[in-house]
Amino acid sequence: MAATAQTVAQVRDLGKYKHGWETEIEMETAPKGLNEDIVRFISARKDEPDWMLDWRLKAYRHWLTMEEPTWAMVDYPAIDFQDIYYYAAPKSTAGPKSLDEVDPELLRTYEKLGIPLKEQEVLAGVQGAPRVAVDAVFDSVSVATTFKKELESHGVIFCSISEALQNHPELVRKYLGTVVPYTDNFYATLNSAVFSDGSFVYIPPGVHCPMELSTYFRINAKDTGQFERTLIIADEGSYVSYLEGCTAPMRDENQLHAAVVELVTLKDAEIKYSTVQNWYPGDENGKGGIYNFVTKRGACRGDDSKIRWTQVETGSAITWKYPSCILQGDNSVGEFYSVAITNNAQQADTGTKMIHLGRNTRSRIISKGISAGRARNTYRGLVRMGPKAAEGRNFTQCDSLLIGDRCGAHTVPYIESRNRTAKVEHEATTSRIGEDQLFYCRQRGIGEEDAVALIVNGFCKEVLQELPMEFAVEAQKLVSISLEGSVG
Amino acid sequence: MATLVPIDGPAANPDWLSGWRAGPGNGTAAAPDWLPPVRAEAAGRFAARGLPNRRIEDWRYTNLAQLTGLELDWAPAPAEVAKESLPALVFGREADCRLVLVNGQVRPALSAVPALPEGTILTSLAEALATGHPGVADLLRERVTVDDGALKALNDSWLEDGYVLIVPEDVTVDLPIEILSVGTGGALPPAYQPRNLIIAGARSRVTVVEHHVGLCIGGYFANVVTDVAAGPEAIVRHCKVQDESKEAIHVALLDATLGRDAMFDSFCFTLGGRISRNELRVSLDGPGAHCRLNGAYLVGGHQHCDHTTAVDHAAPETHSDQLYKGVLDGRARAVFQGKVVVRQDAQQVEGHQMSRALLLSETSEVNTKPELFIHADDVQCSHGATAGDLDAEALFYLRSRGVPEGQARQLLVEAFLNEAIDAVALAGMRLPLEQNVARWMGERPQPTP
Repeated sequence: MAATAQTVAQVRDLGKYKHGWETEIEMETAPKGLNEDIVRFISARKDEPDWMLDWRLKAYRHWLTMEEPTWAMVDYPAIDFQDIYYYAAPKSTAGPKSLDEVDPELLRTYEKLGIPLKEQEVLAGVQGAPRVAVDAVFDSVSVATTFKKELESHGVIFCSISEALQNHPELVRKYLGTVVPYTDNFYATLNSAVFSDGSFVYIPPGVHCPMELSTYFRINAKDTGQFERTLIIADEGSYVSYLEGCTAPMRDENQLHAAVVELVTLKDAEIKYSTVQNWYPGDENGKGGIYNFVTKRGACRGDDSKIRWTQVETGSAITWKYPSCILQGDNSVGEFYSVAITNNAQQADTGTKMIHLGRNTRSRIISKGISAGRARNTYRGLVRMGPKAAEGRNFTQCDSLLIGDRCGAHTVPYIESRNRTAKVEHEATTSRIGEDQLFYCRQRGIGEEDAVALIVNGFCKEVLQELPMEFAVEAQKLVSISLEGSVG
Repeated sequence: MATLVPIDGPAANPDWLSGWRAGPGNGTAAAPDWLPPVRAEAAGRFAARGLPNRRIEDWRYTNLAQLTGLELDWAPAPAEVAKESLPALVFGREADCRLVLVNGQVRPALSAVPALPEGTILTSLAEALATGHPGVADLLRERVTVDDGALKALNDSWLEDGYVLIVPEDVTVDLPIEILSVGTGGALPPAYQPRNLIIAGARSRVTVVEHHVGLCIGGYFANVVTDVAAGPEAIVRHCKVQDESKEAIHVALLDATLGRDAMFDSFCFTLGGRISRNELRVSLDGPGAHCRLNGAYLVGGHQHCDHTTAVDHAAPETHSDQLYKGVLDGRARAVFQGKVVVRQDAQQVEGHQMSRALLLSETSEVNTKPELFIHADDVQCSHGATAGDLDAEALFYLRSRGVPEGQARQLLVEAFLNEAIDAVALAGMRLPLEQNVARWMGERPQPTP
């Protein structure tokens, strides 16, 4: 009841993007543009080991030979990669020792976002509420990580990737770029060259991470690109649930966000990775908004390991994102649950790849696309059964919902099977909200917009229930707010 | 004879096109004035593109590189073919109406065309061009300039022969019209590019059965383009049996436009060819137009077969249904790519598509890409795809009732394909098709247990 009432209230109150404000904070930036010196500058700024700089430079040089991909069903003006700040950091946070040293303005930013950075705030919360350790990334740098001590007592490493490069270089070196190599694709290569920060998680063998880990990304400064890099390693028999949220201020210009996320699960390990992406989507006419060009991939290296991606994509002017699973270990499992909502002039081209290599590997894809206004929403996915994926199993379901006669919904799945004993099933449907469903709700006194929100929430339910509880509530509200103004 | 523009196309083996550059060789009939420039324009288009390669999205799963390794005979001399050597008909009885093409050229002496309903024309393209039939010229001129890939441009650059079928308004042709296309092979593998036209006037009805066979063991390259124009309320049924030689490369594009409430029914049965591709483009231009595209394939050995469809719902209240089922054995590879586009304002559209593949061997491979592009909202569209082995439970059921494994598998495969074959509108076709399935199953090398 509470959530529904809140949703209704929020739909009424919030006509606009609620995270659209900007924090006035002193920033330190590298000069605009990209060249080898900028790459060196970023690396030096972070005091990185030589091998890291070499890797970045290799990536940068490779990037120069690459062309921007054009195959996605998205249109946008050419990006001037020389007109972007590749490094922007809050000035006062050149290595905060504790939360007290963090600029209070910044903490207020995260408070506004509803992200409890301060541990006591979480502890003062409702009794029995799940605790969440948060790593907050502001523009290019990680500003604070909470619950570090308690996590350390379990042997869990949860810190920014720059910190990990200082304290655990061997782990970073062993895994960085092994799932998404620096040559992978245009944006991943760019990220490899200029990534500024991100989260690093290592769960030691046999540890069930005692709390949810979470990262909040915020782009604040103007004309900056955010290039964060996340690396999560779940060692044998471990488990971790990781949440990711993103917001940005409202601006007329488009901003670039090109992140890379790499997940590795060893034998019997499991990673649950959830995203609620709510970058600024631009205004009704498609002015401004974030270009979200993200490469996310997980490798189930060990037998019986599992990776589960859950995403709720409501923001961004353009989303270009395909969280994937490489199922290498025998009996490994990959899952992908996605809700992508586009309204007004938003464009999303998103989906997943399930690459079955090991025996008896299983994958499941549930994708729900909702398109309203003049938006375009594309599901693009690949399921590949390798010759050795005996008894492999995939089930895919992609449903699209159309709201309004000027939007588009597209489905582009690729299904490749090279194993006789593997079984692949794919089904997709596209339709609009049934007149009869709407009529049923209206007849019972539910307003049109609320009825649509209700039906859409029902349509997405299968995915939303995969989210951790506190995210599920937020996501449900987001779904309603994102579709505001799309009816009547 | 046409003079073709010089070619600087990016072909891997520059020699393989040398025969093509000479242009249509036989010059059997006088070409109308408008034709040479059209051919030259198309030749330029092909030269600019070269053969399709796997970097082109539509050709991602089918590789034609093999073609450039062949030295082809682009203008094969008419081959000697005895009427008796022509294969048994798909109907299993004497031809009622049959037009025979050998290496892409219509051979009246081998054909048997009885009197058709008044106004109906079944002839060769060469003849139609020579007599200057206005409908043929109009449709050809409209279609040849459409830029639709390199192989169509290659066909556009030739325009010499093929079959032409014109059914006037309100005419029903009861007799199924059989087109038997024979490939003969030769010292050099022949390359031929027939251009076929089917023009069905308003409220007309006609059924065409295309039977492609190879009368040789060797290879040849057939690049077939068929243009279909169906007027309002016309019903055109097209059934194709592709049983080319196992070394042949067979590429076919059928481009159909449908007027208001017209219906196009296509069934493609693929057995032969080393590399084959059957591409259908259907444009539902008139409100209420309807198409049904079905197919079944049985491939083994090193065969590669590709079924590609594109349905464009350009008008409201249009419907499309697709069902493709196939069985793969040996090292065979199969491709299904199906695109359904619903344009803006094409409301109340229904588009359904299903593709199922059965893999019988460890080394076979199937690639499926069904696509939906929807720009209207009042639509019901769906697609489904499956790939896998025979259902173990169904097999067990039969085994437990004393059916030997080999026979049980055969029963299940036949049942699997019959779902598609049952949809063939021409009742007389179903039995021969089912017999083909049984024969194929009987001939396939039994896997060692």
